[in-house]
Amino acid sequence: MNESLLINIIIGISIASVPLIFAAIGELVVERSGVLNLGVEGMMIVGALLGFVVQFHTGSPFIAVLAALLGGMAIASIFAFLTQFLLTNQVATGLALTLFGLGFSAFVGRGYTEETIQLITSTHIPVLSDIPIVGPLLFSYNPLVYLAFFMVYLVWWFLFKTKQGLILRSIGDNHDAAHAIGHNVIRYRVMAILFGGAMAGIGGAFLSLVQVPIWGEDMTAGRGWIALGLVVFSSWQPFRVILGAIIFGGITILQLHAQGFDIRISAQYLSMLPYLATIIILVSLRMRAKNKTNRTMPNCLGRIFHSTT
Amino acid sequence: MSNIRLTSILKLSLLSAVLAFTSNVFADPVKAAFVYIGPTGDHGWTFAHDQGAKYVKEHMGDDVVITTVESVAENSDSERTITSLARKNDIIFTTSFGYMNPTIKVAKRYPDVKFEHATGYMLADNVSVYSARFYEGRHIIGKLAGKMTKSNVIGYIASFPIPEVIRGINAAYLAAKSVNPDIQIKIVWVYTWYDPGKEADAANALIAQGADIIMQHTDSTAAMTVAEETEGVYAFGQASDMGEWGPTSQLTGIIDDWGPYYLARVQAVKDGTWTSTDTFDGIAEGMVEFAPMANMPKDLASWAERTINAIGNGYIHPFTGPINKQDGSPWLAEGETPPAYPDLLTMDFYVEGIDSKYPN
Repeated sequence: MNESLLINIIIGISIASVPLIFAAIGELVVERSGVLNLGVEGMMIVGALLGFVVQFHTGSPFIAVLAALLGGMAIASIFAFLTQFLLTNQVATGLALTLFGLGFSAFVGRGYTEETIQLITSTHIPVLSDIPIVGPLLFSYNPLVYLAFFMVYLVWWFLFKTKQGLILRSIGDNHDAAHAIGHNVIRYRVMAILFGGAMAGIGGAFLSLVQVPIWGEDMTAGRGWIALGLVVFSSWQPFRVILGAIIFGGITILQLHAQGFDIRISAQYLSMLPYLATIIILVSLRMRAKNKTNRTMPNCLGRIFHSTT
Repeated sequence: MSNIRLTSILKLSLLSAVLAFTSNVFADPVKAAFVYIGPTGDHGWTFAHDQGAKYVKEHMGDDVVITTVESVAENSDSERTITSLARKNDIIFTTSFGYMNPTIKVAKRYPDVKFEHATGYMLADNVSVYSARFYEGRHIIGKLAGKMTKSNVIGYIASFPIPEVIRGINAAYLAAKSVNPDIQIKIVWVYTWYDPGKEADAANALIAQGADIIMQHTDSTAAMTVAEETEGVYAFGQASDMGEWGPTSQLTGIIDDWGPYYLARVQAVKDGTWTSTDTFDGIAEGMVEFAPMANMPKDLASWAERTINAIGNGYIHPFTGPINKQDGSPWLAEGETPPAYPDLLTMDFYVEGIDSKYPN
């Protein structure tokens, strides 16, 4: 195996993991606030559509990504309204959101399957990008790739280094107590849900703008669900999202490369691995929770908050 | 009061529905339905079938009512979909290999409805099968690949190990080998017909492993966009002309032209002359066509055109012996060509020389 192939594999894995990182880090914040939004796939696909459509009409990647971000937020706001104000069941509402997003994007996107857009070129940082091996590996990605990793850091910083982050986590763990000491549970949760939507939207846009510059309905092909699994896999710890995304994204890429070298592992087996890993993590979390040594799952996850005042 | 009014409204609407139904029968437009595996916007396989459906509508106008159902999974969904269509239609086209068993099953229950299943091999009194000799197209792109490659590596993005896909791989490899003895083919199975992200990843993986020609048996344009991004890599359109996505990288494309066949079959239902048939048409009948030759030297383009004609006239058969199977056992003797059934329609082996394990 030569050097350039190895570099290519690593780049491939990074690219494949970016949509997962975006979607998962957004959902992580949502779940930390005690809300379970199963609509990630729906928000992603809407982001993918809007990113593509706006890029097609304006030719500006910046506006395109912004549109995807707002689109994801718009879809998430439906979820926020239904679950936080009308107190609907979060699981059912989230599923509905996914189905709605898939159908809506397929419908609106009809006319765009025939269009092509200019690929957003990767950054080329003078000097740095030209260093052999390190250059292509570290300094020649699309800006969104760096943003993904930065967002993970930012979320970690927010959750664990700021007062608001502490409040958000406490709301996720015990919304009644947080409410009793005067925190606005609903406001925090709505903000978290909108942030989750924005991140899922960008994740989707990365898919339709950077990974493959085309629009096709259903093009997220289950990545939103993998992102959901990823949040559990990370046991709600931001940096573990990166690890998980690299493993989950890496499985696909390595599997394709393995086939080229005629090493055959059953594809069906590989495609169930992420979910299998998630289940194993869940079980081990449960075991640890019994010992009360490390409880990371937000206690109020998925529970409806009835404001008493 | 309001209850009574409601019931009478219901009754009236029911009556008008019945009237509408019977008057439809008298006016007698043929009701034709199409079941698709992917979205019509894939610009590949499903798109081509949908173009065929539109062709029927264009030519028959008010004499036909067309229903299409997109993105029907090849599981129990398909049986349910076909069943509900069978209640309301005269003829149903099921356009993916995986619909074979559901089609046969539903056809048994609806003997008066005509069924047409694409790319399969199970016939019944009210079930026709039809497919195109896409391997003739694969022969052309295989030869072009053999001539155009600099790395002598062809990358092949395959979907599912079914006879149709295996035929394509074998035909392309044999043709490439015939003009370039050093050719090597790398095959990657993605186990999906349509997942643009995964198809692009597969194309990238193949290119990283040295392929400078990408062939695909998946339905989206993703691989073509990857080829377009990569200097010196060429690709072929699949099922339709994908030149828009690869202006500097599409060499040609295999185009499926189902229109005339669909028209003939729907017309046959209208005329009452429909019988169960087994169609396997190719270049000669116009079911397999090509996108314009592009991004290649002129003499190569005209050579490709001549080869297309030679296949159309029957001078070349893509599978002409001697050909051995991958394990070295003989398949075709010198000068022998295989029958459509069972050799071609149930093909489940690689030919000798393909350096890749057969998927199980």
